[in-house]
Amino acid sequence: MPSLDDLKKRIASVKSTQKITKAMKMVAAAKLKRAQENAERGRPYSEKMNNIILNLSDGISDKENAPKLLSGTGNDKVHLCVVMTSDRGLCGGFNANIIKKAKAYFTKISEEGKELKIITVGSKGNDQLKRVYGDKIIEHISFKTSKNTNYFDAEKVGKLIIKKFEKIEFDICTIFYNQFKNVITQIPQAQQIIPLNTENENDKRSEDNYEFEPDEDEILSNLLPKNISTQIFKAMLENSASEQGARMSAMDNATRNAGEMVDKLTIEYNRSRQAAITKELIEIISGAESL
Amino acid sequence: MSEEFKVEIVNPEKSFFSQEDVKEAIVPAFEGEMGILRDHISIISFLKPGIITIHSKSGEEKFFVEDGIVEFKNNNLSILTSSIFNLKDIDKNKVQDLIKTTEEEVNKSEISDQVRFLSDQKIDVLKSIN
Repeated sequence: MPSLDDLKKRIASVKSTQKITKAMKMVAAAKLKRAQENAERGRPYSEKMNNIILNLSDGISDKENAPKLLSGTGNDKVHLCVVMTSDRGLCGGFNANIIKKAKAYFTKISEEGKELKIITVGSKGNDQLKRVYGDKIIEHISFKTSKNTNYFDAEKVGKLIIKKFEKIEFDICTIFYNQFKNVITQIPQAQQIIPLNTENENDKRSEDNYEFEPDEDEILSNLLPKNISTQIFKAMLENSASEQGARMSAMDNATRNAGEMVDKLTIEYNRSRQAAITKELIEIISGAESL
Repeated sequence: MSEEFKVEIVNPEKSFFSQEDVKEAIVPAFEGEMGILRDHISIISFLKPGIITIHSKSGEEKFFVEDGIVEFKNNNLSILTSSIFNLKDIDKNKVQDLIKTTEEEVNKSEISDQVRFLSDQKIDVLKSIN
């Protein structure tokens, strides 16, 4: 049985942990608000970009000569996976969920006998993947130094991917990130960005006829690389909102658990103090009786 | 009949500029400057470095862009760009910096002709601002 002093110390330490988790929750809540606003503000750009590309890819006359970024290389032997995680921990299942999703995909690919290449964005994902898939990771990018999610970072990743694609280092590129649904729920997503998947968004397509200057093919080949960066930027925005959301709920739970623990420890402390007093009384009484 | 249309400029981070009562927009399209008035035909084009000028009732706005896409549809002009400055906000030192970095890029040998063309264009435009 722990002594009174030990219990006192434990209560104090749990209380100070609780203070930290509470503060982290507050910080995450403030950051979440900002991240959500950013995600919302970034939406028009990616939506418009998407619309234009859908319109263009519909109107493309010569499917054979369509840009490779749209039609693919014709193979699907080498898969490039871009796993986007956070740079900081203590955010519940946020990183673990992405990694789980990515690992399931990796296993599927290796079972099909295809080659796998991995780019990790964010240090937490790198830490977890390098143990098992260390030899597959060809690049690791981290944006620890930049304070906010910004487009230049996304562009860096996008350009890197395109450069590798032009050298035909891979055939299919998929990005893994968490989609922000609400504070409690984040859905890990696997999104194929090369070749671009235009099939499942049929409903958004508009019927307008456009004039193109210069022609469709040229605009499209100019636009597609930009779209890669845009998609990655979108994923980064979703990810940062999800990260703060996940951290907020994780820290909320931690604060609550710490509170419960303090209550339990306090009861134990009081009980053993009472026991000590009773023991002393019994000693005095039995001492008096024996006289 | 009204002669106005809507212009919206968005960059990846936010909606940069939006105005409802625009009379004329001049954009540096890839094959030359393009003036857009109300009821222009639907068009998609992309931009080279240059100045976007927007004439509206309330005055005139000028922006410097490096690249982007313009889409005009149903009297809505959308300009998507990743690098844009309002000429009012940009200061001379920044322009000088931009010129310097672009010139350095041009002097590298391994760039393609198209990139060189665009960079030269950018330098010209930036110098004209100064």
